Amino acid sequence: MLAVLEVGWWFAVTPALSRREREKETELGMSTGTADRRPRRGLAEGMHEVVVDWGTVAIEAVVSVGDLVLFCMRILSWMFTRMPRRETLLPNFYQVGVMSLPVVALTGTFIGMVLAVQSFWQFRELGLETRLGAVINMSLVRELGPVLAATMLAGRVGSAMAAELGTMRVTEQIDALASMGANPIHYLVVPRFLACLFLIPTLTVMADFMGVVGGYFFTVEILGIDKHHYWHNSQQFVGVFDLLSGIFKSLFFGAAIAMISCYRGFHCLPGAEGVGRAATAAFVYSFVMILILDLFLGVLINSVYYTFWPEGVSFL
Amino acid sequence: MTVSPTSSNRSLVDVHNLHVSFDTQDVLRDVTLRVRRGETVAIIGESGCGKTVLLKSIIGLIRPTSGSVHFDGNDLASLNDRELTQQRARFGYVFQNAALFDSLTVGQNVAFPLRQHRGYSPARVRDLVLTRLAMVGLPDSVVSQKPAELSGGMRKRVGLARALIMNPELILYDEPTTGLDPIMSDVINELMLRTKSENENDVTSIIVTHDMRTAHKVADRIIMVFPLSRLEPDEPQLIFDGAPEKLDHCADRRVSQFINGEAGERLTELQQASSARGL
Repeated sequence: MLAVLEVGWWFAVTPALSRREREKETELGMSTGTADRRPRRGLAEGMHEVVVDWGTVAIEAVVSVGDLVLFCMRILSWMFTRMPRRETLLPNFYQVGVMSLPVVALTGTFIGMVLAVQSFWQFRELGLETRLGAVINMSLVRELGPVLAATMLAGRVGSAMAAELGTMRVTEQIDALASMGANPIHYLVVPRFLACLFLIPTLTVMADFMGVVGGYFFTVEILGIDKHHYWHNSQQFVGVFDLLSGIFKSLFFGAAIAMISCYRGFHCLPGAEGVGRAATAAFVYSFVMILILDLFLGVLINSVYYTFWPEGVSFL
Repeated sequence: MTVSPTSSNRSLVDVHNLHVSFDTQDVLRDVTLRVRRGETVAIIGESGCGKTVLLKSIIGLIRPTSGSVHFDGNDLASLNDRELTQQRARFGYVFQNAALFDSLTVGQNVAFPLRQHRGYSPARVRDLVLTRLAMVGLPDSVVSQKPAELSGGMRKRVGLARALIMNPELILYDEPTTGLDPIMSDVINELMLRTKSENENDVTSIIVTHDMRTAHKVADRIIMVFPLSRLEPDEPQLIFDGAPEKLDHCADRRVSQFINGEAGERLTELQQASSARGL
């Protein structure tokens, strides 16, 4: 019994100890080694520290979520009260829309071809290879097109935004903006947000289109499946609703990328390391958020779909 | 910090019991400070003592943990985004590293406050920008250059031109001469003096510096801030407040040590402090 308690105590206290040591390390800028490890304490004190540690984690989590929500509210309030100027909007639209097109198109093409390669043999076993058109195009417009376009946008634009705003924060340029009576949210964040929100649907359409082209090219030209049946099946199963549902989802992805990336840039820690971390965090958090949103929006869209068309669709 | 009742009525900046802390670290404690209209105040003190934090609190870039900052009777903390934006058009802030927007040209940088607040025609904006740049001794050719192409001294002067273009009532200088050669430092000092004389002493300036030459040459009044970590809990953080002439006769050893640039026992203190932390 005692042994169990002892083991439990160590498990509970170790995070607290390591946290304190980490703090000490950062304070001194170097490791303290193991020489001055603290002596063991009583169970009550250990439990107290566990509670304090978890409490701190919980409070920090609530604070950062609240902070992000407030940040988003400020973006929305500025967006609806005053439109940004043309000269701040256009460069952002160019960066997000025009500059991202090639990479999104390339990814779309390849994912279309990869889908063809991966599903061809399985469908052939069943003698259903002409149904590939439905499978490839449905996966593309509903799922892969929007998610891939958003992922590329998060990687290409999101991390760049975080790094740019982070550098501006570190070099006091954001303070300079505020000191000159320009609101940094209105001047820096709203144009980026609008660019992501309005242009991600076009990027999604581009990814969808190139994916369809890529899938068609590989299936028909290389694997030699009948062209007429390929298109016929696609037409039968993939409808406007599927295309629109993908585009609808992409709007949320675009908004999430801009909000998370700008928030990360604005709250960048000092120095080159801070900027690097902000850029990485912008991508990682955006990507995770894209997937979470994708799941919930998928569920929502499906429930809407089956409410209106209860009979559903079947590929086979 | 005894201020006569008449002068308090005319104070442009009124910092009252200001307390600023970041996470668990206190930077400013119970700072009370009044700056009258037309006054030029130099804030001196060693690095990390909270001078810049004080300056940024005055313009509302840092919110006070407790206490208040009033600018011309308005409590900055109680203003919303829009009201704060309006008030800030009355400030000019010269940043330590100029903080020029590197995506814009020098001309766009200097014109930025004008475009933000005034609906002037492009030709008029261009004229004003060129005049301002000429005043700080920069040729017309820099207008189309990017800040990265300029030297440190030029960047600082562009920063100064940008801060002055709106004819602000209050100019805040954050270490305007740090990192410049002695001649360029004096050029900046001259520019600060000229700004004051050209505006018939109507402009108020607060200069954060550790350059004693600047403080003596430009300021009417000098305030010294001391780092909280080396103060006893009941000691005031502003250890000197008075005319520059009085600074040399100040009895406080901490002040004389700073103005004469003597390390004294500091190195030993620093070593003791680090060994006390278990190094």
